[in-house]
Amino acid sequence: MENKHGEGTFPRGVHPREGKEYSEHRGIEVLPAPKELRIPLVQHLGAPCQAVVKLRENVVAEQVLGTSEAFVSAPVFAPLGGTVQRLGMATLPNGRHVPTVILKVQEDAAYSENLFARFQSQPEGNLEGWDAKTILEKIRQAGLVGQGGAAFPTHVKLARNEQKPVDTLLVNGCECEPYLTADDRTMLEMSGNVVAGARLAARAVGASRVVLCIEKNKPEAIQAMRKCLEKEAGMGVMTMPTKYPQGGEKQLILAALGRKVPLGGLPMDVGAAVVNVGTCVSIAMAVLHDLPLTHRVVTVTGGGVERPGNFFVPIGTSIQTLIEHCGGLKESARRVIAGGPMMGFALGSLDIPVTKGTSGITVLTEEELRTPTTTHCIRCGHCVNVCPMNLVPTRLAMTSRAKQWSLFEKYHPMACVECGCCSFTCPAGVPIVQLIRIGKVELQRLKKK
Amino acid sequence: MQVASSPHLSRESCSTRRMMLDVLIALTPPFLFAVWLFGWYAVYQVGLCVLTCLVSEYVFTWMRGKRPTLGDFSAVITGMILGLSLPWSAPWYVPVFGSMVAIGLGKVAYGGLGFNIFNPAMVGRAFVMLSFATAMGSGAYLATSEADYPSIVTQPTPMMQLKSGAGAEMSETTAWQAMLLGKRNGSLGEVSVLAILLGGTYLVVRRTASWRVVLGMLGTVFGLGMMSSVACCPIQSGAIYLLSGAVLFGAFFIATDPVTNPVTPWGQWIFGIGTGALTMLIRVFSGYPEGVMFAVLIMNALVPMINNGTIPKAFGAVPPTGAK
Repeated sequence: MENKHGEGTFPRGVHPREGKEYSEHRGIEVLPAPKELRIPLVQHLGAPCQAVVKLRENVVAEQVLGTSEAFVSAPVFAPLGGTVQRLGMATLPNGRHVPTVILKVQEDAAYSENLFARFQSQPEGNLEGWDAKTILEKIRQAGLVGQGGAAFPTHVKLARNEQKPVDTLLVNGCECEPYLTADDRTMLEMSGNVVAGARLAARAVGASRVVLCIEKNKPEAIQAMRKCLEKEAGMGVMTMPTKYPQGGEKQLILAALGRKVPLGGLPMDVGAAVVNVGTCVSIAMAVLHDLPLTHRVVTVTGGGVERPGNFFVPIGTSIQTLIEHCGGLKESARRVIAGGPMMGFALGSLDIPVTKGTSGITVLTEEELRTPTTTHCIRCGHCVNVCPMNLVPTRLAMTSRAKQWSLFEKYHPMACVECGCCSFTCPAGVPIVQLIRIGKVELQRLKKK
Repeated sequence: MQVASSPHLSRESCSTRRMMLDVLIALTPPFLFAVWLFGWYAVYQVGLCVLTCLVSEYVFTWMRGKRPTLGDFSAVITGMILGLSLPWSAPWYVPVFGSMVAIGLGKVAYGGLGFNIFNPAMVGRAFVMLSFATAMGSGAYLATSEADYPSIVTQPTPMMQLKSGAGAEMSETTAWQAMLLGKRNGSLGEVSVLAILLGGTYLVVRRTASWRVVLGMLGTVFGLGMMSSVACCPIQSGAIYLLSGAVLFGAFFIATDPVTNPVTPWGQWIFGIGTGALTMLIRVFSGYPEGVMFAVLIMNALVPMINNGTIPKAFGAVPPTGAK
């Protein structure tokens, strides 16, 4: 059931430089055990966890560190064995200061290496034996969240809704962010578990069809996944044109299925669900091996780091440690970004932990940044020509700048996914996304009054 | 380490300055041709305009208490376009006052680049058109004696010919050649179709000029021209209106000023079509032989309304059903 009629795509969007060559051919390496791990108690969209361990308590790998009663939440676990050194605060990549469990690690790399081997192994056993309820419960207990960056609790996303049944599960292997290659390597090195996890996710949400969407710039991954899916019924690979933001949920559903998610709605409103390939692997590990989410694949890349690569990293590793392992920053490094260069967060310090949603660290040089000189908006309309959500970015930006909030609201600011296509294209260098973000916050504040 | 908002990448070769430079590059063929055909007069008009525009921008911006940004080339462009839209014989006060008004009233008074509503060059030209009517009127294009003037200026312009009903003569082969290659009379920049097309196509390909505005305007002029009966057949009639006068120059260089045309795709179509329609209206029904300038200014005034009326439907938005 592969898409034989060619690939669909979505209107507008941009074509930034791909930058994948830094790390796409580096196999995933296991990171040596760091001395310290800082596990934030909130690494997801939803209610924060409360710590369930005490100071100076000895914990083992996979032990639960924090839980929450709320439904929209995800527990956190110790990636490696050690002692609880402190219950303090940490700064997340997005700038939030959150309560954190700080572990002094007393384990060596053997645990991570064994775990990595299990991630790479072929899953065994009959997947049909698992029922939806059990799958969701295991996903919940394992603390799984979306590993594509949004970090939404997976058991909530895959929960069935009687009024809105899901018929198709899209597995997002697009990795449309430039420079990042974690998903690419995951598909190449953990293909068996990608498929198993996708199958389990489809069973959980009730989808009868699974489509694995991969951008054309990953020919090896496409080939590998096609081979894996040869014998699987109801599952196929769809190759997507390389365009940013092809991996955006709404754009992907439009391109792959021809369905438009309504404004302010969710994928389940059109009978679809989208899951990242890394999350699929975690689902397979959680259901088949009872493994909680403790490690993930992170790409360290960009012109500003000495030795780019893809790494299997325990969550809570500080970005400083990760970069040091890669040979450190080059002289020319100007900006360290958690995530990809289009939507990632620029970091003010490297003393920040890798979280469940951190897919990469991109270090850019001045040359790669190409910081534009800012002039006033010249109303050229290029931003309107590239916005994948069909908005008028220039009006959103200018009304935000002028603080005209009622006019700002008229242009559907909440539909903006902050993909960055507009700022990327703007000849005048207007910081459109930043202005829209400021506006959104202001609108929320005004509504609360 | 730098901290800044995402996105952290920017499109290559894309900046306001680059866009302005593109316009200057695109204006070079018409300018060079004007120098070839009109000699010193072309250099005089354009040079004086550019100089006055630069000085005016500096002085007026400084008077407003802001830092002048002559380096973004927008004043140079206004000067060149204004200069190229003047007749060869305009006395010094036409380019000088035209430029001062273009920059002062047409641009700086609104706040500078990006803030103005009306095309600055057209504002300047409208001012001198109405203030110095004889210097800008039909007579300005002709020279009575051959004395020191380039020979071309003894011929009436194609627009004058149309107004006087000489359309049939215009569809002679020689007339076609003259119009296309540019051996005809007219304002400095409009005379060579080939030169304009060369520069104009470059601008459209570089995405500095909106192709929707260009196509809308040219298509409308051609279409409405076809309905007139100046020549033997509709295609020729349409072509005559399309190729004579300032329509081509206006479509590629004046109507496409990004600051003063709409932001939305549909808006740009409406703007182009409207400008073309108004140009034809003025040409056919008014006393003026040429209508591009006023057409552009009138459409500029409508741009905020057009922008508001053509807001695209956001992704997934349900269109409003019924009246509320």
